[in-house]
Amino acid sequence: MPIALYRIDDRLIHGQVVVGWGQPLDLGFILLVDDAVAESDWEQELYRLGVPPSMDVYFASTSEAAREIAKYASDRRTGMVLTGTVEAMLQLARTAVLPIKAVNVGGIHHREDRTQKMRYVFLTKGEEQDLRSMAELGVVVTAQDVPSAPSHSLEELLLGCMT
Amino acid sequence: MDPDVAPRAIVAGHGALPGGLVSAVEQITGRGNALIPFSNVGLGRAEIESGLRDLLALHGVNVVFTDLPGGSATFAARRVQHDTPGLIVVTGVSLAALMDFVFCDAEMPAGESTARAVEKGRAAIASVAI
Repeated sequence: MPIALYRIDDRLIHGQVVVGWGQPLDLGFILLVDDAVAESDWEQELYRLGVPPSMDVYFASTSEAAREIAKYASDRRTGMVLTGTVEAMLQLARTAVLPIKAVNVGGIHHREDRTQKMRYVFLTKGEEQDLRSMAELGVVVTAQDVPSAPSHSLEELLLGCMT
Repeated sequence: MDPDVAPRAIVAGHGALPGGLVSAVEQITGRGNALIPFSNVGLGRAEIESGLRDLLALHGVNVVFTDLPGGSATFAARRVQHDTPGLIVVTGVSLAALMDFVFCDAEMPAGESTARAVEKGRAAIASVAI
């Protein structure tokens, strides 16, 4: 089954991911793509404890995920690919052996060098450019924190629609 | 708020829930000062963790109550716990659990008062049908 959602969320696994998206999508697994978490057994154990028994969490570095994405996409269960940064998702979009058709910007929170674009999205100039680069690769980039919220196009996101 | 009641725990979670729980504890017991609310609204992973660390240091408490076991506040609290010996993290917080906690003797070991609070919280959940 194709990956149901590619999401950028700097909180990684949390309530919106596990419950907000997990339940309506009936997620069977999450592939958490993060170079630091992929190297930390302790962090992995922490995230495993945060999901229900019916859901598996797999961990991969960005380069591992790019190489092995076809294996996850052929899983019979519904899956989500999750990165904590725009940069990691762009790297995945550029190097994955399967094309990524759409990316959901789900939550990138305040930091000193970021500008607020929406209630739940703050971006640096570099992150804005990375999202544009993703779109140039043919990826449909939208912003939406939870399934019941409206989805905003990349243009709306970069203009700052503040919802 | 009773000015003689010292902070004993942080209540961390989603949206307005932490503030609402502390407000309810205050309304019912007058001991809201024992709890410091901390919401994750608008905060990224690193900021939730640093916010918790700051509050723990500021108030000198060693208990964090969180709402969802798989929520960002719980993950942040568990990360803090990883390098903070003696810190207790209690997930699935409820008003019943907090009320029991604030009425426990402040001298009671935190492990004991939180274990009692967990039991009270569990016992307060019921499904009633007519």
